Amino acid sequence: MEAGTPQLVKLEDLHVPGQLSGRKHILSILVENKPGVLARIAGLFSRRGFNIDTLAVGPTDDPSVSRITLTLDGAVHPIDQVTKQLHKLVNVLKIRDMEPAETVAREMAMFKVSAAVENRAEIIQFAEIFRAKIVDVSKRALTIEVTGSADKIEAFERMIRPHGLIEMVRTGEIAIARGAD
Amino acid sequence: MRAADALMESLKTEGVTDIFGIPGGANLPTYDALVDAGFHHVQVRHEQGGGHAAEGYAKASGKVGVAFATSGPGATNLVTAIADAMMDSVPTVFVTGQVRTELIGTDGFQEADILGATLPFVKHSFQVTDPRQIPEYVHEAFHVASTGRPGPVLLDIPQDLSRAEIEYSPRTEPVELPGYRPMSSGNIKQVRIAAKAIANARRPILYTGGGVINGNASEELREFATSDRFPVTSTLMGLGAFPASDEQWLGMLGMHGTVTANWAMDNADLIVAIGARFDDRITGKLAEFAPSAKIIHLDIDPAEISKNVGAHIPIVGDVKLVLPELTREYRALQTDSSRLDEWWKQLRAWQQEHPLRYEPGKDGEIKPQFMIEAMHRATKGDAIVTSDVGQHQMWAAQYYGFEEPRRWINSGGLGTMGFGLPAAIGAKVARPDELVVCLAGDGSLIMTCQELATCVNEDIPVKVFLMNNGYMGMVRQWQELFWDRRYSAVQMGASPDWVKLAEAFGATGMRCERSEDLDQAMVDAIETDGPVLLDVRVAQEENCFPMIPPGQAARDMVEAPETVG
Repeated sequence: MEAGTPQLVKLEDLHVPGQLSGRKHILSILVENKPGVLARIAGLFSRRGFNIDTLAVGPTDDPSVSRITLTLDGAVHPIDQVTKQLHKLVNVLKIRDMEPAETVAREMAMFKVSAAVENRAEIIQFAEIFRAKIVDVSKRALTIEVTGSADKIEAFERMIRPHGLIEMVRTGEIAIARGAD
Repeated sequence: MRAADALMESLKTEGVTDIFGIPGGANLPTYDALVDAGFHHVQVRHEQGGGHAAEGYAKASGKVGVAFATSGPGATNLVTAIADAMMDSVPTVFVTGQVRTELIGTDGFQEADILGATLPFVKHSFQVTDPRQIPEYVHEAFHVASTGRPGPVLLDIPQDLSRAEIEYSPRTEPVELPGYRPMSSGNIKQVRIAAKAIANARRPILYTGGGVINGNASEELREFATSDRFPVTSTLMGLGAFPASDEQWLGMLGMHGTVTANWAMDNADLIVAIGARFDDRITGKLAEFAPSAKIIHLDIDPAEISKNVGAHIPIVGDVKLVLPELTREYRALQTDSSRLDEWWKQLRAWQQEHPLRYEPGKDGEIKPQFMIEAMHRATKGDAIVTSDVGQHQMWAAQYYGFEEPRRWINSGGLGTMGFGLPAAIGAKVARPDELVVCLAGDGSLIMTCQELATCVNEDIPVKVFLMNNGYMGMVRQWQELFWDRRYSAVQMGASPDWVKLAEAFGATGMRCERSEDLDQAMVDAIETDGPVLLDVRVAQEENCFPMIPPGQAARDMVEAPETVG
């Protein structure tokens, strides 16, 4: 660059940032607590072909605001486009794409497992290892509550499945940022 | 005050003067309040017509268009117009009646979940659950419809609530919607980078869209384009923002754009997209779109940036504010304009070798392209032209040559046949002193021709120039070119007799079958008082060229049927 000439931007130096992150994303979305808001969000996802992996909806500390926590696969969906489309909904107040390292994420699941007398002890042992709770017992089955990251719940499922998984119920993840923010 | 009267007062507060609509059971209170409200109400003949009229009104004037419909079928008849307004970003407010509150969810008579039905294509919607919400919702509806990227807003009011008594006071304070804060001025750092990139470009092109017209930024665009010798092309929706007579104008781009505009995009090293959204009719085969170009994308809607085509320099903002900044920054760089000489030499060569062209008609046959040229002559190039969807629309876009914004009103994104006539009604109501011509196709006009009754009864003197080729011409063209000429359900047959139909409605019907009579016939139609339908019999199987065959790239553009691969 010669002195005194305006500094120009070389076209060959311009690049488009990659659209796919390749990892799971947790979006924490604050929405107005109004009728139809969930339908708008669900409709947007289905219309744009975005596939939600898990979805959890609940109140926040402010009764006029609800929180929707959803997870989706950043290897398939351009997260930036997803959040920008969500922002276009007038009832959407704030979206946070949670940084995995800065986030505590939890999910609860309940497993109903067939538990005959002979393998009952082993199942209870698994539950203890995973710090799970037995919440219901009957002659032929145990119901176990597990809380943790999605990975932990999936690991527990793998352990328990061979014993005869009767039913599994999962809440979908909720998440909160670490620290004071 | 009765809530329905408060609705009227609220609409007045927003500056509404004209409304298009049809009454029914669920919006009886609204129509009762209308009697004394002092609006100019246009009683259309089908709710779809009312919706498109509101769009035509908005597109011609820049004001928010308003349409009323009753619940159930009245509301569902609006759906096409609402979807159309969403695709083309038309500021509109649709007020529908709903069944009484206690009937909602019971499948009551004329109940339809119009809020649910329209969720995918409204910018926003409200259902009134408390009559006191009405003034506030109206205020918010107009704000959302008209700011940022404009679009349709639906306001659904249950019948019992519009009869309730409420305290009314006008809402004029700025709207505070915590989840809605459209961007206005662009990031100046980005604008500077953009200016410097443009200064370094040797083969730049400005690709402009409907956003320039919606943003009332034609002057700003012209300023920027002429701050150097930037070649300009535009989408279908952006025609008129830059004058077609200007030497920097390359013509429309896209599937039926000019060869020069498309090849310029294909060869550009820098595309400056201004209020345009890289629609598939522009890009053709996405993987092969503009292979050597870097992209500057200026748009008010952040979600359009990198949606279809990745942007190297994104600028989110209002074109009217950003373009002057870009012009200022670019001028400050004092660039050497001669770097564009080579580019212009190339563009001029393409223009020379590949102009828009057609075989003139023989023995008095009227070629459709000739009809558009005749229309330009008869209207002195200065009419507001609305159009339906199909070949005639593309020929008008190619051959009319729009000089000013808001004079070309058509359905681009949704491609709604039947749009033209009701849109012309809306445009004429918005701009009564202008000549409003509806360029119709015979396949399209039949879909909304009932609105001729509206023209007659409401004394709205639009001139319908019907390009009658006896086919749904564009579909026929595709069947000819891509489906081995196996014509399937595209012939329109001998019905109706358009002249008699016009007369039956009480309009003037005329017919022209020979090219030498066409200029005079058009002048007669324009000079005849009241609504006129001129049935112009054109060459039946003319194809619209040039064309980028579906799924192909700009460089594959073909100019004659023999070369369609």
